[in-house]
Amino acid sequence: MFDFATITHWVDELLRSFLPHATATLVECILIGLCLLLGYALIALVLIYAERKVCAFFQCRIGPNRVGPYGTIQSVADMIKMLTKELIDINHIDRFLFNLAPFVVIIASVLAFGCIPFAKGLHVIDFNVGIFFLIAVSSIGIVGILLAGWASNNKYSLIGAMRSGAQMISYELSIGLSILTVVVFTGSMQLSTIVEGQADGWLLFKGHIPACIAFIVYLIAGTAETNRGPFDLPEADSELTAGYHTEYSGMHFGFFYLAEYLNMFVVASVATTLFLGGWMPLHVPGWESFNQIMDYIPSIFWFFGKTGVVIFIIMWFKWTFPRLRIDQLLRLEWRYLLPLNLLNLFLMVIVVVFKLHF
Amino acid sequence: MILENIKNKFPEASIEEGALLTITVETGRYRELALYLKNDGGLAFDFLICMTGMDWGDSLGVISLLQSTRHEHKLFLKTFTTNRENPELPTVSDIWETANLNEREVYDFLGIRFINHPDMRRLFLRNDWVGYPLRKDYDANPEVNPVRLYSEETFDVTPSFEATSHGGEVSEKENVLFEEDEYVVNIGPQHPATHGVLRFRVSLEGEIVKKVDVNCGYIHRGIEKMCESLTYPQTLALTDRLDYLAAHQNRHALCMCIEEALGLEVPERVKYIRTIMDELNRLSSHLLFWSTLCMDMGALTAFFYGFRDREKVLDIMEETTGGRLIQNYNVIGGVMADIHPNLIHRVKEFLKYLPPMIKEYHEVFTGNVIAQQRLKGVGILTRENAIAYGASGPTGRAAGWSCDVRKHTPYGVYDKVDFKEIIHTEGDSFSRYIVRVEEIMESLHILEQLVDNIPEGDYAVKTKPLIKLPEGHYFKSVEASRGEFGVYIESRGDKFPYRVKFRSPCLPLVSIVDQLARGNKIADLIAIGGTLDYVVPDLDR
Repeated sequence: MFDFATITHWVDELLRSFLPHATATLVECILIGLCLLLGYALIALVLIYAERKVCAFFQCRIGPNRVGPYGTIQSVADMIKMLTKELIDINHIDRFLFNLAPFVVIIASVLAFGCIPFAKGLHVIDFNVGIFFLIAVSSIGIVGILLAGWASNNKYSLIGAMRSGAQMISYELSIGLSILTVVVFTGSMQLSTIVEGQADGWLLFKGHIPACIAFIVYLIAGTAETNRGPFDLPEADSELTAGYHTEYSGMHFGFFYLAEYLNMFVVASVATTLFLGGWMPLHVPGWESFNQIMDYIPSIFWFFGKTGVVIFIIMWFKWTFPRLRIDQLLRLEWRYLLPLNLLNLFLMVIVVVFKLHF
Repeated sequence: MILENIKNKFPEASIEEGALLTITVETGRYRELALYLKNDGGLAFDFLICMTGMDWGDSLGVISLLQSTRHEHKLFLKTFTTNRENPELPTVSDIWETANLNEREVYDFLGIRFINHPDMRRLFLRNDWVGYPLRKDYDANPEVNPVRLYSEETFDVTPSFEATSHGGEVSEKENVLFEEDEYVVNIGPQHPATHGVLRFRVSLEGEIVKKVDVNCGYIHRGIEKMCESLTYPQTLALTDRLDYLAAHQNRHALCMCIEEALGLEVPERVKYIRTIMDELNRLSSHLLFWSTLCMDMGALTAFFYGFRDREKVLDIMEETTGGRLIQNYNVIGGVMADIHPNLIHRVKEFLKYLPPMIKEYHEVFTGNVIAQQRLKGVGILTRENAIAYGASGPTGRAAGWSCDVRKHTPYGVYDKVDFKEIIHTEGDSFSRYIVRVEEIMESLHILEQLVDNIPEGDYAVKTKPLIKLPEGHYFKSVEASRGEFGVYIESRGDKFPYRVKFRSPCLPLVSIVDQLARGNKIADLIAIGGTLDYVVPDLDR
């Protein structure tokens, strides 16, 4: 299987061959930053196009089909439009916080994006509390949303932000606990170890019942965490017009928009990494030739393929279900998901202690 | 019997007999008579269908059409005041709740102040409007009321007028709508869930709705005033613009009212065509209801399903009438043109097409846990309140009130077809929803019986080029898509109507929002608004 580490090492050696150590590191940092941002923007564009097409097909429509073949350049055109749009100056707002909020949101999502192992050897930071770090940085986004709602000085925005705060803090529990279930199983918080541990079968299969429960809970909580339907209460368009980002225009709105899609990607890729083996190909113990054939498919395809499937499921939710009400949303978390999760964690501990897994 | 009872009790009341009794009473005993009509077991006039403010030249007054839901009899109750400077009438808003908004409307258009009415604000026009447009001596000079380019002020206090005990003096009192420190959010006039330019001022405590204040008039076009300067055939075009989702039904009511006044009998073929079109109109309206409700609840895909199917109904109507939303099809004495040869065939195709789709609707929305949780038990309307507020149509039927005009006073060919009046008793949002979905099936059933049996004949009878209605007042109502739509015409024998009043089915629906939404969440307010299914141009007129 192709290891992306060979490329990165080659670049590393090339730089070090003619640059001093510190400068080389600096250049590498900048290169990695550029690559990440480029990937970030590219994935956002693809996702926006995908969402528009997927929802169009759900709704018996064609979707974007004018700009470029099958409308593929539509989201690029939209991006250019968004970048050149005026930032409307609003009176009676807390200007500093108002302008800060979209950056907090986007920084949180870029940081989380940077932790994901995209393919074999294609991993920016891989340290021993990787998944813990990922949860930590991704929850900074809430601060941005609360700030946006508060600083807008708009009643709709404030209600949206408060809903969002309540919702995200609640569902963070479920995300944390379902990830903890995985950590109990793999015995490590390092993402590379978690992926390597799934070489002989994805966790969803190895951990059977508790892993499946954790996966479902994670998907529900992850959807809620990204403020997507049916949990899109913070921006419930029929109630709060646009919730916390009502007052934002131009690229500031664009940041929220991008962050929403990228958060969906992050949630899906974490689900892939933890439960579906990340970039690991599908291996069935005992089927040697089958495993070898699977190994010919590059790891990056495995990763994006699986993430794509998870993203499709999340989109499917959104375009099928009606929206919940705030009390029902919180009841779902605190009355059902949280106890279920705790029980599930206990079950996983039993499975691990008595070695009941495959 | 009614006549004798009233004569005995109120000997001074003058009574005209006609198609319906008209009782005129002096201001002094107006309230007493109203209470008697409402509370007497043999009369039990508990439903105020329509209240019309009138300027009779020498006097100003109101004429109300009352109905008893128990005995199914109707009568007109009339009172007046000759004081044109400071016209004052006693309120009946505590007897029939629906009079609350109606009296505000009368105040707005005629300047009659209702004593002891809790909230004497203008309903449709701006606070700073000069004059009362429906008075015959109204000055329509644009210099008096120029187009004002600033927003009108919103007041948190409303005036009301009370009769003091000593000597009938009237004192003004102020009622506080919203306290200084309340968190008041504007839902509308530009809001995706109000389905038009309607404005709710909602007082919130966190997510919980404490009070809703309705502000209408953002799309008020003065249609009733316009009708007074149009000939009868010209007035027809305006009804389509009231409730644009029930354009055909509205016009049906006006045509029937004029035909009845003229004593014109329309051919059987016309009745069939009108009924078929009414039902197609109802189908398109209910499909739109389903779609928009789903959208309000966040199920956007379902919205498109509904629109996909509604499109087919619109296509059918377009072929015959030339219009999709506004049909302009009914005329006095018949319909504008004969049906398109494809109509029968296409309706039959549609009858086969829709039932599986409705099944799909149930799968994608009705059966969904989230949808059921959002709708069941939310915004419960009792039968008593439905009658008192006059919330007829599917909303009333969901509360257990049998109020289908098609059943109770059949028009068109509704007496010849077999159909069920869908009645549910829970009165919550879910039953309002399901009543409409079941009515779609009933409409299909009605169409099924009609399409094959359209008799041959003329599609219109010849009328005189200049139509003059005989002197008198006339009322006719139809079951429009969202309730009873009525037309009240008062004629003085001219080619122009003296006064036209449209009984809007949506005004009562909006008046119950406050009651239903109190104590619920903001999201419930949207669900309640969605299931009440009001159309704003209809209530604003």
